[in-house]
Amino acid sequence: MTFAEIVWQLAGGMGVSIQLFVITLLLSLPLGLVIALGRMSKNGLLSGFIKFYISIMRGTPLMLQLMVVYFGPYYIFGIKVTNDYRIWAALIGFVLNYAAYFAEIYRSGIQSMPVGQYEAAKLLGYSKGQTFFIIILPQVIKRILPSVTNEVITLVKDTSLAFTISVAEMFTTAKALASSQTSMMPFVAAGLFYYIFNFVVAWGMEFIEKKLDYYR
Amino acid sequence: MSLLKMDHIQKGFDGLDVIKDISVEVREGEILSIIGPSGSGKSTLLRCATLLETIDSGNLEYLGEEAAWTVEGKAVYASKNKLKELQSCFGLVFQNFNLFPHMSVLQNIMDAPVRVQKIDKEVAKKEAYELLKKMGLEDKASAYPYQLSGGQCQRVAIARALALHPKILFFDEPTSALDPELTQEVLKVIKSLSDLHIAMVIVTHEMAFAREISDKVIFMADGIIVEEGTPDEVFASNNERTRTFLGNYGNISMTNVL
Repeated sequence: MTFAEIVWQLAGGMGVSIQLFVITLLLSLPLGLVIALGRMSKNGLLSGFIKFYISIMRGTPLMLQLMVVYFGPYYIFGIKVTNDYRIWAALIGFVLNYAAYFAEIYRSGIQSMPVGQYEAAKLLGYSKGQTFFIIILPQVIKRILPSVTNEVITLVKDTSLAFTISVAEMFTTAKALASSQTSMMPFVAAGLFYYIFNFVVAWGMEFIEKKLDYYR
Repeated sequence: MSLLKMDHIQKGFDGLDVIKDISVEVREGEILSIIGPSGSGKSTLLRCATLLETIDSGNLEYLGEEAAWTVEGKAVYASKNKLKELQSCFGLVFQNFNLFPHMSVLQNIMDAPVRVQKIDKEVAKKEAYELLKKMGLEDKASAYPYQLSGGQCQRVAIARALALHPKILFFDEPTSALDPELTQEVLKVIKSLSDLHIAMVIVTHEMAFAREISDKVIFMADGIIVEEGTPDEVFASNNERTRTFLGNYGNISMTNVL
């Protein structure tokens, strides 16, 4: 099997990996913001619950979380899950986990904002919502971008964890191919794929960072 | 007409009384300076007047309408909507400017008029340029705050506050973060505002400036008003506390200070 053939075999899996990555980001970034706001809520019950949720997400392996989401419905509630549920379970697991991390990043950014910005906005008559979305959030995004980049790059690699619940993403295919061909090459191809993927991601994030470089 | 009336205001933080029974009134077009040693409660008073802090007890009135009053020794505030409405009659210039760093100078000035007061964008833009001209910053409209000197930032902050047409403009030590040269440049701008007939309440350590610009000067120490009167009265005062604070100041000739 030539290298090109291996890559061709892996292509379908790559599509799934990219899908996992994109959908997880699109959902966990906004969800993380909502969770961060809940975490900072004055309602002790809500913020306490979210604190607990974040500690679970950060304190247990993502691999285990994926298994709980996938097998949980059957073992806990006796619900028979279909094969299609695999990819959903992976997405739910990734989104819940990454939203928790993003929430903490948002929180650190929001709490680092000087109180003077809120006071100036208040005096100028901005509503609370306007203050947050027009004054605070744009500045927060600039501040947290390097930390977000870190997480996003980790996510590219973490998509490979979906193999634990047999989602047919790239790594799962590479592993199967490696054992059937008794060859190292599928792993080399896989490594190359993740590296190039992250190279593009890092370039994209750098582009956004430069875009936001117009002020200090 | 009385724009602001603060009656028997009290405010403490964690049991420490910062303001003990202060009453102040600001009339239309009046320029009032508040001077006094650090920690005397000047800034806290200003923050109470601008609704950034809540008073513990006392009465607060804007344009003859009550914003806060006292029931059984505790301050009660008007509804949020009422406060928001009353709040639009005043503006505040901060010690450290608090410009929005991600907005250009022009955006800083015109965003609130457009977004909050729903003024037409072109009208707001035209007015923003006029204000910038008045501040001597016509060429800085597209600059960002980090590209400006402290004095220029403060002038933008003044323009931003003026763009909302306040009846009272509060200044919280507007030159304390600036070197002497920039201080003069900002004080000149503030002086030039007197022909707009906006009432101004200025907390400042610039004695010459306070003396020259004010209709009334309040000297505060330890949370109370020690003395108030015309600049000449206060600066020539024989009150021991006032004298200690002013030092030799009152005796200095005031010509050509600015």
